[in-house]
Amino acid sequence: MSVNALYDYKFEPRDKVENFHGMQLLYVYWPHHLMYCSPFAFLVAPDMTFGAMIEEVLKPAVSAHPDAAKADFLGATWQLNGESFIPDANATLKDSGIDHKSMLTVTTKGLDGIAGTAS
Amino acid sequence: MPVKNKKLNLKDKYQYLTRDMAWEPSYQKKEDIFPNESFEGIKITDWSQWEDPFRLTMDAYWKYQAEKEKKLYAIFDAFAQNNGHQNISDARYVNALKLFLTGVSPLEHAAFQGYARVGRDFSGAGARVACQMQAIDELRHSQTQQHAMSHYNKHFNGLHDAAHMHDRVWFLSVPKSFFDDARTAGPFEFLTAISFSFEYVLTNLLFVPFMSGAAYNGDMATVTFGFSAQSDEARHMTLGLEVIKFILEQHEDNVPIVQRWIDKWFWRGFRLLSLVGMMMDYMLPNRVMSWAEAWEVYYEQNGGALFKDLERYGIRPPKYQDVANDAKNHVSHQAWATFYQYGHATNFHTWMPEKDELDWLSQKYPETFDKYYRPRFEYWAKEHAEGRRFYNNTLPQLCQVCQIPTIFTEKDDPTVLSHRQIVHEGERYHFCSDGCCDIFEDEPEKYVQAWLPVHQIYQGNCEGGDVETVVSKYYHINIGEDNFEYIGSPDHKRWLSIKGKQSDDKESGSSQDAA
Repeated sequence: MSVNALYDYKFEPRDKVENFHGMQLLYVYWPHHLMYCSPFAFLVAPDMTFGAMIEEVLKPAVSAHPDAAKADFLGATWQLNGESFIPDANATLKDSGIDHKSMLTVTTKGLDGIAGTAS
Repeated sequence: MPVKNKKLNLKDKYQYLTRDMAWEPSYQKKEDIFPNESFEGIKITDWSQWEDPFRLTMDAYWKYQAEKEKKLYAIFDAFAQNNGHQNISDARYVNALKLFLTGVSPLEHAAFQGYARVGRDFSGAGARVACQMQAIDELRHSQTQQHAMSHYNKHFNGLHDAAHMHDRVWFLSVPKSFFDDARTAGPFEFLTAISFSFEYVLTNLLFVPFMSGAAYNGDMATVTFGFSAQSDEARHMTLGLEVIKFILEQHEDNVPIVQRWIDKWFWRGFRLLSLVGMMMDYMLPNRVMSWAEAWEVYYEQNGGALFKDLERYGIRPPKYQDVANDAKNHVSHQAWATFYQYGHATNFHTWMPEKDELDWLSQKYPETFDKYYRPRFEYWAKEHAEGRRFYNNTLPQLCQVCQIPTIFTEKDDPTVLSHRQIVHEGERYHFCSDGCCDIFEDEPEKYVQAWLPVHQIYQGNCEGGDVETVVSKYYHINIGEDNFEYIGSPDHKRWLSIKGKQSDDKESGSSQDAA
């Protein structure tokens, strides 16, 4: 459906990739770790490697969680925008098919948050 | 002898001052005078069927409101002169006022603008006058709320720039965008959104908690405002019900349109009220009732009866009502956990509940609190006690529609986020729920332009790339005064000194260590 309006109601999306000055948005969701209330929103360079994203972006973001030190993120189960995804640490985000406003979901089996409550 | 200045009876006076103000145009077309009345598809066959819910005329309105406000301001003066802020239950309570002043009072002003506009849009004089009076009510409420709370601004932090913050601060984009959405709709949708869905169906969940909360916590200024506004609110609720019945009775084609609006605005209102839920369960030192109890009384029971009444018009209860009913046991905890971890970017303080407060929550939420939330909160309290007060230093993903971080969980599995994602015209969009995703898909043109605070920061539009600069320069939040943990904050220290107690060194030493 579309908006019911008195005139042709059309607007540019406000968050197109060109508004981010060469960078792009990346969301990462770590299920069963709801101590982080929602998926993270990161600003990343498209030519960053997947491995660097884990080391320089994801790990610092989750470091306060007691499960963080135990998590093997590269060896975990990944999804990209809801589809299963095999990461390549040396590939860039762009070459991995991770486009602007994509969401990665990383499930670390056996780690179920604070006291096993998915926190 | 002829009687001069014969006093009009109420009915005549009403007729002269309301319906008589309208006339049939002779040299302009009616649709040119009221260009916004028909584009939404709502069919009005006979405006004279509009039953004015209250026979109030402007002259009576002014007289009555002036008397009310005279009394109200006398109490504000007495409250200030007697240092009423010293008699509240605990200074943590003032944080609820900070949320109210930045989140709710500006909505009263937005409502004023909305009613002033739609009051011009209807060709029916009765509806025009009702909207006009509500516009003035809303403007008064915005003002009197600011005056009721201004005394606290002299003694506590975070209350100094509410209007500015409302336009900019990340979580205040939630109430702001709610009203912007309503105000940019047509006049009938605006009334369905604000008069019916918000004022009639959900307003008790906003006003009762805040005003009873004020009463339970010794805040006489805000309580008095609440009493003063009560007769206006009753009028607004009556208008809300009249609006919906009038539209539905006018034409059967109106039913599906109104149903879609009820679905949308129930969901938007429910999401907005997450903030009130957290206020009730976490920010009131003396608690009134739990959010779940309030939801049961004011939505499940009262709303249930209402939608039963509306059945004869072909209206069913709002879509996703089942999700909302289930969420009553979760949303307040999820919202407080969110504000706690982003407490470096708020104009109010956050804290972990004390042991008796945790016990109260366990008792009020026997199915969910111990199982999903208490361990998280005890972990945070322990971290804080050991000098590592938890803050989340990464910005959150926001819902494209309600603009709340995507923090909510699935109805059938509270360990999993109810995140939804779609691609629209080549762009990806993320949502907190099916409810918000449906609203987007109905009117994508509206929400693709959403001003999402997180994305705006990353685009470099908020005076800096780091949170600290955004918070201080762009939001006008005074770092180290308005934000961070409550324990050890200047507000906390001031409260202890008011009460003649020493600040506990152990507590104050570990407080302000956020990034």
